[in-house]
Amino acid sequence: MNAQEHQGWLLVAPATLLFVGIVATPLAMTLLLSFNGWSSTQGIVPTLTVQNYAEILSDSFFAEIFLRTLRIALWVTLICVLIGAPEAYILRRMREPWRSSFILVVIGPLLVSVVARTLGWALLLGGNGLIPLALHRLGLTSSPVSLMFTETGVVIALVHVLVPFMVLSVWASLARMDPATERAAQSLGASQITIFLRIVLPQAMPGILSGGIIVFSLAASAFATPAIIGGRRLKVASTLAYDEFLNTLNWPLGAAIAVLLLVGIVAIVVGWNRFIERRYSQVFAS
Amino acid sequence: MPYLALENIRKAYGPAVAVDRLDLGVEKGEFISLLGPSGCGKTTTLQMIAGFVEPTQGAIALDGIDLSRLAPEKRGLGIVFQSYALFPHMTVAANVAFGLEMRRVGKAEIRQRVEQALAMVGLADKGGRYPRQMSGGQQQRVALARALVIRPAILLLDEPLSNLDAKLREEMQLELRQIQRQSGTTTVLVTHDQQEALALSDRIVVMNQGRVEQIGSPFDVYERPGSAFVATFLGRTNTFSAEPTSRGLAVAGHVMMPGERPATISIRPEKVDFTTDGDGLPGRVLTRVFQGNHWLLHVETPDGLCLVIRPNDGRPVPGEGETVVLAFRARDASLSLAGSTP
Repeated sequence: MNAQEHQGWLLVAPATLLFVGIVATPLAMTLLLSFNGWSSTQGIVPTLTVQNYAEILSDSFFAEIFLRTLRIALWVTLICVLIGAPEAYILRRMREPWRSSFILVVIGPLLVSVVARTLGWALLLGGNGLIPLALHRLGLTSSPVSLMFTETGVVIALVHVLVPFMVLSVWASLARMDPATERAAQSLGASQITIFLRIVLPQAMPGILSGGIIVFSLAASAFATPAIIGGRRLKVASTLAYDEFLNTLNWPLGAAIAVLLLVGIVAIVVGWNRFIERRYSQVFAS
Repeated sequence: MPYLALENIRKAYGPAVAVDRLDLGVEKGEFISLLGPSGCGKTTTLQMIAGFVEPTQGAIALDGIDLSRLAPEKRGLGIVFQSYALFPHMTVAANVAFGLEMRRVGKAEIRQRVEQALAMVGLADKGGRYPRQMSGGQQQRVALARALVIRPAILLLDEPLSNLDAKLREEMQLELRQIQRQSGTTTVLVTHDQQEALALSDRIVVMNQGRVEQIGSPFDVYERPGSAFVATFLGRTNTFSAEPTSRGLAVAGHVMMPGERPATISIRPEKVDFTTDGDGLPGRVLTRVFQGNHWLLHVETPDGLCLVIRPNDGRPVPGEGETVVLAFRARDASLSLAGSTP
């Protein structure tokens, strides 16, 4: 090993130690824990078993929760795309100083504490909240229907906080776009709608897809929002793992749920990424 | 009435005036260049023709029809952008077909016209490629094909060759001229490259600070510059201040050409000659640089430095340090009277 290599190792050492200490070790321990047994009298039984996984995969109760997690994450991703992509485009077309101030508005949700934000939504979504009352007054529901403890409520609150990630991702993609392409399309006879659909949107696609990855993984692993809006009645994978750890005290089962959630998200994200790379490597410079 | 008529166009951004009192008529089939330094208003003028910028004042008419109320997508003009602005997510063929699709041309006709357009720019076999997989020169051709395939009333070229290297630029100039002649499309080119404007245009519009300085054929504009700005911007020029004497205009006491009033003489470097007999302006060669097909000499005279270009045609050229006598023919020089603003 020469001096330069030594120096290289020295330079990456702090980050490596930090990573090993706060990410790799807990993950490895969680993984080990998930293979331990458990009984209500003895607590954790240090054996090697796949019993926890067998239980999760065979019980429809768990399947329902995992499916719900997936469903919520997909809806959140879809709605974030529908809101975030046009929002980024509009932002890009804005002039200063409007643009700077509206960017602040867009990333605003990220600046508010998760508890304050989510409790705020609880007030809006609850039986006497603004949204159910408004829906009732508009004649869309026969009586004010609370959106608390519903998937719709969780999706709304998650979209609120995750849209900024989509906007910023699409924004980055649009920033690489040559603005003259829009003018070129216009000079060739395209209307504004055609320009957006056929020229802007395809060029924003890498940003939409990578924003989708961020939003999806954050939505699928979100904890605070589903915990407050969904509560006990509407469990998702992360709140389920939490309950197993802190209420049932079945740590090994909780660990197995956490591991499955992680593996599921990683599998989807990696597959998605492969798809993007295959689809767009020819067209866009990376 | 000209095919494309710009009348008394003015464009102001707040107090800043980009274009002022611009009158221009372009005949059908003509190739016209807007030439000037950056910030002279040439690009703004092009964008007003295209419809991306609205004139503050004045009228633009195409074939007798007022363009000012027509949105850019309704004007039917072909534009080649400086950056080419190809659609990166579409193949070359799809790029060229886009304008035809917008015009709801039938599928079979689109395919045929796209093929023709690509063949015209020498890219017949490249239709399936993506722009990113092509060189700058090829992208340039695609942009040209895309603009011409819609059979535009006018072709607008915004610094189309400025991103190409020198050799390729010269090739593309020839090709551009040939394609334009072949298609007969009325063309307006914006450029800051005088050589490009001279090589391509039927007429050149020299602009400076939002105003037209001179409009004329490349030869006229070069040989008979209408203002000191044109003379210095187009090619290089030497200027001497001349005083009238009984025998004509004299520079530093040496009679050079006929004339009765104090004036500034402007003469191109290639029109200055060395003379061994008769009157002339004495000088000493400071530097002599060989540039392949010509020599470039800096000659120190009593009235300042004079640039001289001599063709490399086998005749002897004075060396550095030699004393020479400079002369030129009166008809090669242009005069601006002293006291009048250049």
